[in-house]
Amino acid sequence: MSIVRSHVLISIDANTLLAGAKAVEEALINELRRRGIDKEVGVIETGPLGIIGKGVVMVVYPEGVYYGNVKPEDIPELVEEHFIKGRPLKRLMIENIITPSVVVKEEVGLTKRQVRIVLKNSGVINPESIEEYIASDGFDGLTKAIFEMKPEDVIKVVKDSGLRGRGGAGFPTGLKWEFTYKIPSDEKYVICNADEGEPGTFKDRLILEGDPYRIVEAMTIAGYAVGAKKGYIYIRGEYKLSIDRMQKAIQTAKEYGLLGDNILGSNFSFDIEVRKGAGAYICGEETALIESLEGKRGVPRIKPPYPVSQGLRNKPTVVNNVETLANIPDIVRNGAEWFRQFGTEKCPGTKVYTILGDVINAGLIEVEMGTPLREIIFQYGGGIKDGKKFKCALVGGAAGAFLGEEMLDVKMDFENLKEYKAVLGSGAILVMNESACIVDMLKSILRFFEHESCGRCTPCRVGTKRLVEIINRFANLEGSEEDIDEMVNISLVMKDTSFCPLGQSVHLPVVSAIRYFKDEFINHFKEKYCVANRCGRKVEVLS
Amino acid sequence: MKTKEEILKSFPKNPDYIIEILHALQDNNPYNYLTPEDIKLCAEYLDLPVSYVEGVASFYSMFSLKPRGRYVIRLCDSPPCHLVGSESLLEYLEKKLKIKVGETTPDRLFTLELTSCLGVCAVAPAMMINDEVYGNLTFEKIDKILEEKRGNL
Ligand SMILES: Cc1cc2nc3c(=O)[nH]c(=O)nc-3n(C[C@H](O)[C@H](O)[C@H](O)COP(=O)(O)O)c2cc1C
Ligand code: SF4
Ligand code: FES
Ligand code: FES
Repeated sequence: MSIVRSHVLISIDANTLLAGAKAVEEALINELRRRGIDKEVGVIETGPLGIIGKGVVMVVYPEGVYYGNVKPEDIPELVEEHFIKGRPLKRLMIENIITPSVVVKEEVGLTKRQVRIVLKNSGVINPESIEEYIASDGFDGLTKAIFEMKPEDVIKVVKDSGLRGRGGAGFPTGLKWEFTYKIPSDEKYVICNADEGEPGTFKDRLILEGDPYRIVEAMTIAGYAVGAKKGYIYIRGEYKLSIDRMQKAIQTAKEYGLLGDNILGSNFSFDIEVRKGAGAYICGEETALIESLEGKRGVPRIKPPYPVSQGLRNKPTVVNNVETLANIPDIVRNGAEWFRQFGTEKCPGTKVYTILGDVINAGLIEVEMGTPLREIIFQYGGGIKDGKKFKCALVGGAAGAFLGEEMLDVKMDFENLKEYKAVLGSGAILVMNESACIVDMLKSILRFFEHESCGRCTPCRVGTKRLVEIINRFANLEGSEEDIDEMVNISLVMKDTSFCPLGQSVHLPVVSAIRYFKDEFINHFKEKYCVANRCGRKVEVLS
Repeated sequence: MKTKEEILKSFPKNPDYIIEILHALQDNNPYNYLTPEDIKLCAEYLDLPVSYVEGVASFYSMFSLKPRGRYVIRLCDSPPCHLVGSESLLEYLEKKLKIKVGETTPDRLFTLELTSCLGVCAVAPAMMINDEVYGNLTFEKIDKILEEKRGNL
């Protein structure tokens, strides 16, 4: 298909209707067809453009050129000048107007240090404006899927792209969709997992706040592919702005016929509902999330059966992370080959990281899969603050591992990290300098797990408690060699016997901390020494 | 303020909506908690046992079954905030408010809670007070915020 090159947004509201907007629109569509460019130039009806007293108004994207007082008889000249010759028709242009925000189209390319697919629009377009999303190729993927592809074709392109889940586990997305697609059922569901709770992670929040229509489009494409009519996005309760933006985006997309019944006039219907979490990290685990959506305590289910076959209300359900879905529109629009030019053979595409801690530039970046950790910390993160030395990075959140100096050259993707007994997880990178105390950090991690263990299974419920007791001893400059071994043992028993991946991943930070920094643990009880001078302080008694 | 009946009626009579309903009921309470009456009304509306609704409410850390202050302070103590000193902020808050984690000041103004990562780590150390996020916290900043909240009433 010829991808739509330009969009004309024609304002249809009470004022412009009186001025004859419908007749102008009709003339425009006819003229574009006559000149054979109706496939390249999309005509979209929009609401008020904020310009009053200028008759029929329209705006052409991506240039962002506004025209006013347009009459049907102006149309041939306008099309000739603007779309054929490529220069705005000065006579009708409205100049010096304040547009909601400037639309800048960024080319995705290797010339940029950051490759932006997922964050392409974030901070570039006005996230509350569907027009701006459309003008930056928004809904092209959905249009292409519905009108030019069968569901199997969509699944094939996602499979071929090699996209893997960005929620932590890295499961191939196309395969997941195919499972659900193949199971016959009267009802199927698509769930977008926006419960983002992994400490140090806020990428999904920024995607939802910065580009909510991308997720609307992606979920709708997923629904089309697997045969679902209903989607849910489960957003953690604290993310008020994300909830708000998403609700508005859903509403507006419906008004534009891009969501709801008979999308874009096709036979395909799909609806999305926003649901709020209520403060439970475990609800990010997909089966616990489903329980929560069903109005229950968010306790994980036994797997198998997996959600792909028996998920929400026991119907086949696709659960995908926000970042995973954010890749979908461009994959469908540009094809699998395009996506595969980024990243590595086994993990194509990009990854969004949050770099935090003792770095100069903390924040969010999107870089190709396979980018070495060193580059992320020292180039994008700007290196270590205050002239200090790098000590280690906690990669993947609390359920991640500490990586020391000797692992800085690891290429960051699902496969490579596995070799180092580490995980990509949510993409959180917490950097610590030489004066950070590992005991102190592990204490914070273990408290997190103790607090967030859902209590369903004994190894995790009791194990996390015991681990906190032991780490507290080190933090009081006590503890022993046996305590160190005991921590490793407990976390490994939890790995083998816990019911869900929460309890199963506690060994990652515990074992890696002890593997690389055992001396520091020993110093705490032998030398009564802590580099950060945080341990061993008695908390002041309240007066 | 909406009546409880109005709140309930704005949701479908479907147990799926229990968490949404509990959110709405709690948001409507000046002391940020779910009263026994709220639980009972929700249970009746959805045709569920009271114990079931209570069980759900008690699972989620954003819900409280006992009265809290007008301002619920939720200080983050996950690793990124911990690294930049959230623990000393906790001590400071405890001292300033003369309460421990989980407690409410006698004037029912503040409740102090710890929370897991709030997803605003770029401005660590961070906390939320009701719906608002406060980041890059220092002792001085905390003083100001508490004063401002006290002044609000
Ligand atoms: C304890 C726990 C917490 C999780 N939290 C999240 C989360 O916040 N967001 C998310 O997308 N996936 C989370 N996951 C992973 C989900 O279970 C699931 O694998 C993911 O949503 C699938 O989507 P993907 O294939 O697009 O990654 C969590 C898993 C576990 C075990
Ligand atoms: S491993 Fe932990 S979080 Fe998972 S089911 Fe068991 S108690 Fe719950
Ligand atoms: S043991 Fe706690 S900071 Fe060192
Ligand atoms: S760790 Fe405190 S907000 Fe993320």
